[in-house]
Amino acid sequence: MQPVATTFFFYLLAGLAVLGGVLVITRRNAVHSALALILTLLSLAGLYLMLYAPFVAGVQIILYAGGIMVLFLFVIMLVSIEKSQKEEQFNKLWLVGLLAAIALGGLFIGVYVKGKALFPEAKVVLEEGNNTQGIADYLYGHYLFTFEIASLLLLVAIIGAVVMAKKRI
Amino acid sequence: MISNFSQFFTLADYAMVLPIILLTLFALGILLIDLMVPAEWKWSNAVTALIGIAFAAGAVCKAQQNLRLMESPFVLSGSMIFDRITIYFFYLFLAGAAVAILTSVHYLEVEHEHRGEYYSLMLFSVVGMMCMAAGYDIVLIFIGLELMAISTYVLVGFLRRDRRSNEAALKYLLLGAFSSGIFAYGLSLFYGLSGTTNLGGIGQALARHMEANQGHPSPVAVLALLTTATGLLFKIAAVPFHQWAPDAYEGAPTSITGFMSVAVKAAGWAMLLRVLVWGLYPLRSVYVPLLIFVSIATMTAANFAALTQSNLKRLLAYSSIAHVGYMLLGLIALASVQYPAPAFFDGLKGILIYLLVYTFMNLGAFAVITSLRNKDVIGDELDDIAGLFQRAPVAAVMMLAFLLSLAGIPPLAGFYGKYFIFLSLIESQHYILAALGVAYSVFGLYYYLKIANAMFMRPALDQERLPISFGMKTALGISALLTVFIGVYPEPFIRAVNWSLGIVHSGAVAELMR
Repeated sequence: MQPVATTFFFYLLAGLAVLGGVLVITRRNAVHSALALILTLLSLAGLYLMLYAPFVAGVQIILYAGGIMVLFLFVIMLVSIEKSQKEEQFNKLWLVGLLAAIALGGLFIGVYVKGKALFPEAKVVLEEGNNTQGIADYLYGHYLFTFEIASLLLLVAIIGAVVMAKKRI
Repeated sequence: MISNFSQFFTLADYAMVLPIILLTLFALGILLIDLMVPAEWKWSNAVTALIGIAFAAGAVCKAQQNLRLMESPFVLSGSMIFDRITIYFFYLFLAGAAVAILTSVHYLEVEHEHRGEYYSLMLFSVVGMMCMAAGYDIVLIFIGLELMAISTYVLVGFLRRDRRSNEAALKYLLLGAFSSGIFAYGLSLFYGLSGTTNLGGIGQALARHMEANQGHPSPVAVLALLTTATGLLFKIAAVPFHQWAPDAYEGAPTSITGFMSVAVKAAGWAMLLRVLVWGLYPLRSVYVPLLIFVSIATMTAANFAALTQSNLKRLLAYSSIAHVGYMLLGLIALASVQYPAPAFFDGLKGILIYLLVYTFMNLGAFAVITSLRNKDVIGDELDDIAGLFQRAPVAAVMMLAFLLSLAGIPPLAGFYGKYFIFLSLIESQHYILAALGVAYSVFGLYYYLKIANAMFMRPALDQERLPISFGMKTALGISALLTVFIGVYPEPFIRAVNWSLGIVHSGAVAELMR
């Protein structure tokens, strides 16, 4: 299928991502920040979809917008929101933060200007269907055994957490 | 693109990974059975674990028989290499785990922490070790490393009521995670340089890279080598990445300290050899000077630090760091000569024999220290071992044998490990390093004899006879017998190591070692 209005959707999603990012650091209420972060993560997932990477988009939503955000919300629940809203931040590091942001931005622009040779000239369009299947082929084919050992690794991590944390086993 | 499953898991794959599958099943079984076992029967979990190890050893034996039927040593679509060195390491891990389990039973009873998870985690860590030794794909090696490491972190902190154990586990976890991160970073750079996760493929890509650059690797390759080597050297506790070892060894349950110092270290060595010799062999002109520095630093720092220790576990921790220094000398010898030279094989042979004899003498020494732990005595200070000859004469004489063997005195096993390493150094014309190694071995005798002096010359603080459990007796018997036997009649063991080196002659691997 021929994509329609890609430029429009790119700027829309990119704008939403930046807007979400700005809101994350400017909101006083931690819950609002977390919700703004979800906006950023979801618009990034949309950008991945536009690049024909549905698997990465799915993982982005499930892992980041789903799992990691729940973790964030758990932490926020432990903090008293009303109190933290009124409190003054004791470390004023905005200058350092600004410098770091400018340096990073400069780096990106520098790479874009100087490193044109590094990037391919023509636009590479991946085939629509092959992305997720390709990952599955590797995961359940070539890396089958490694995949199984990785599940063992997770099991050991769970056992370890229970052994270390539970009062009586 | 629908692929046939059997293409990825053939009969040969099954035969070769059977030991790993069996150990996993037994580890899971122990977790389930433990729920039904009453508190006074917890020792039966140790029996189950030992049966599991026996089954796995049987499967390794079967794999060994099938070895000659295989056309290529690579199984599981190239992510595992099943050569004779793999088999050798498998036996080594299983032996180390079995002896460590025998020393654990009574110790855990005394600590009131006798739970099935202990044995289960031990078997899981052996599974990880096997993946490290047999892995020929950096992803599998890394996941195997993490499986072993996470099991070991938990085992180090297994005495939850003991503050030292908690502290050791936390330190080990943080430093271990940090070093794993650096290691993974290095591996990712190698993947970027070669476009493959297969060690053989990485080796070939690096050989082409070195040819294209007239033997001077690009900065990226050097950075990748440095970060990878940092991760590897951390895992075997070489100076300057050794700080975690004394703390972790001191705080861990003593039976686990023994296990860590032999099986976990042997697995680290297996991984180091696989990555540096099989994969990164083309970069050896870069890493040999690095290893020379590290080995001299390791021998110096560890031997001097060991002099002043009054805690037995810390002392043996530093001694085990010093032994890593000697083993690194063998790696220097084998990497500084062209592949089929005699020094190459003698260096590899030295490291393999060293790991074998080190397993039994060090486990034996830790077993004696483990048996010092009794109702009210923590038993890891030098004063606790004082007068052991009056309290448990047989154990004291065995400990003397282990100590002399660790120092490398000729009629005992430790001598042969050092002999082949120094031989390979002389063959590769590293005379100064060989002299340094011998000098430090003599130097090390001082702190080993300090323990012997306490055991035989000083009066005991506690005159009571030391109770030694049945499992401990078996473990001590096996370790002492092998330490003496390998020393007196090393022929069959040297032959076994020669057999395990046979694969290096075969075409597929020899191709990589140019």
